Amino acid sequence: MKRYLSQRLLLFFPSLLGVLTLVFFFIHLVPGDPVEVMLGESASASHKEALRRELGLNEPVWMQYLGFLKGLAVGDLGRSLYHQGKVMDLVLARFPATLELTLAAMAVAILCAFSLGILAAWKHRTWVDRCALFFSLLGLAMPNFWLGPLLIIAFSIEFGFLPVSGRGGLSHLILPALTLGTAMAALLTRMIRSSLLDVIHEDYIQSARAKGLSELAVWLKHALRNSLLPVTTILGLQFGSLLAGAVITETIFTWPGIGRLTIQAIQTRDYPLVQGCVLVIAVCYLVVNLFIDILCRVIDPRISYGR
Amino acid sequence: MEGKSLFATGLIILLLLAGAAAFAPLLAPHNPTEQNLEKDLFPPSRAHLFGTDKLGRDILGRVLYGARISLLVGLSTVAISCFLGVVLGSLSGYFGGWTDHLIMRLIDVLLAFPGILLAIAFTAVLGPSLRHVVLALCLIGWTGYARLVRGEILALREREFVHAAEALGGTPARIVCRHMVPNLLQPLLIQATFGMAGAILAEGSLSFLGLGVQPPTPSWGAMLSEGRQFLLVAPHLTAFPGLAIMLTILGLNLVGDGLRDRLEKRGK
Repeated sequence: MKRYLSQRLLLFFPSLLGVLTLVFFFIHLVPGDPVEVMLGESASASHKEALRRELGLNEPVWMQYLGFLKGLAVGDLGRSLYHQGKVMDLVLARFPATLELTLAAMAVAILCAFSLGILAAWKHRTWVDRCALFFSLLGLAMPNFWLGPLLIIAFSIEFGFLPVSGRGGLSHLILPALTLGTAMAALLTRMIRSSLLDVIHEDYIQSARAKGLSELAVWLKHALRNSLLPVTTILGLQFGSLLAGAVITETIFTWPGIGRLTIQAIQTRDYPLVQGCVLVIAVCYLVVNLFIDILCRVIDPRISYGR
Repeated sequence: MEGKSLFATGLIILLLLAGAAAFAPLLAPHNPTEQNLEKDLFPPSRAHLFGTDKLGRDILGRVLYGARISLLVGLSTVAISCFLGVVLGSLSGYFGGWTDHLIMRLIDVLLAFPGILLAIAFTAVLGPSLRHVVLALCLIGWTGYARLVRGEILALREREFVHAAEALGGTPARIVCRHMVPNLLQPLLIQATFGMAGAILAEGSLSFLGLGVQPPTPSWGAMLSEGRQFLLVAPHLTAFPGLAIMLTILGLNLVGDGLRDRLEKRGK
């Protein structure tokens, strides 16, 4: 395990450095003078010069890069041009809302996928199985920027059950979590169904049945356990998609998270804030993937880096 | 049999979509950019089968022309990403060593970003336009093809026909292009089908956020974004472009699933 951990960490740090480097260069990709793009052509020369100095754009690129890394080491992501505050403070203030939404979407996805996936495999080639497959096909094809408005029409406007937007109690969380979690639920349902069908005729399952175990115990304790590994991997990969998908879901439901902050920053051309938001989401994604890889190793000790 | 009928359904959806995009000027009853403020937010009727939007533009025409944008983005993203992926994946798999390390680490860094986030960041910085959307989607898109090609090339490299081609003095470029790549066409086609679905969905997302195709060019994502403000009074504004995206993705996924099943069956 120690060897695996050190190998995995060795891969993590170059990726992290790569992410930081790519995010650093974002601002340099702005066509023309980034300061003029951010402040507008009508801004005074002194104003432009002050911002150029604040962003360090007067210095050579390698100095800017070192300054960027030094700032990151002490948690300084620069200042927001629009909000006039520290980027790190702004992003951290919005982070709990995004995490809440992402975890709720994940819970929706896991709950739906496990119940539907197991049912579909158990009732293979019946109408239950077909319904589950239909749901997964539809869920994967349905864009969340259409599903969100449809849910609003149905549950907020027609029936008036749930609020249209904003963050509050559980009632505010249901529609955004459903919107964000549906595609993941569809993907996981297919995955759980097919991995269960792959193992259900294996010898060790027949042995479990021969031992006299109940059918439910055979499915849940023996068959499902073996399908957990691919599902865990997909969960990790999908967590990043959920974080990124939150940008759209938060925009639809006016959810005050990092995704909405990113879009507001883009609209106001507040590039240091865009940079900060992208960086935080990407680093979260990297850390979650590291955690998931370690978890997979715990579930299946055979996993190693090929020698 | 079930799989075959699903594949056929997907293929029919895609053929209809391609037909709608190709013959949009003939099929659209009205000019998709022509405004008529006296007819704003009209519900579906005989004159306007899908209704009109807030500027009185015909939604059927906009959905048909929107298919052109979606297919253009999907096809060009897949073509560029596939080309880059095949070239870099072949270099990585065939030569190994530092070339392989360098390309694989670059892929690791790009895959460390959730795909759509990188596309959002790039289009935000470069400015919203169709060209920048394709560029941003290719930036991430090629990684999937490169990983696939690298893996397959590594396996093919040990095959006898490759050793024979090397013994006959074939150059690496000739061996890869003439002997190896033809063996990769089917997995590449499957990857391209799912890649196209992803690209169309991503274009829709970017246009929905105002970072994709700019008005008055019709785009399904942008139409959904505009329609969101009129959910209560004119739900048809979001219904038809939403349905169009969903059917397109469904068609591509069904065809991709069908092709994959065929490949797996052949492998067994």
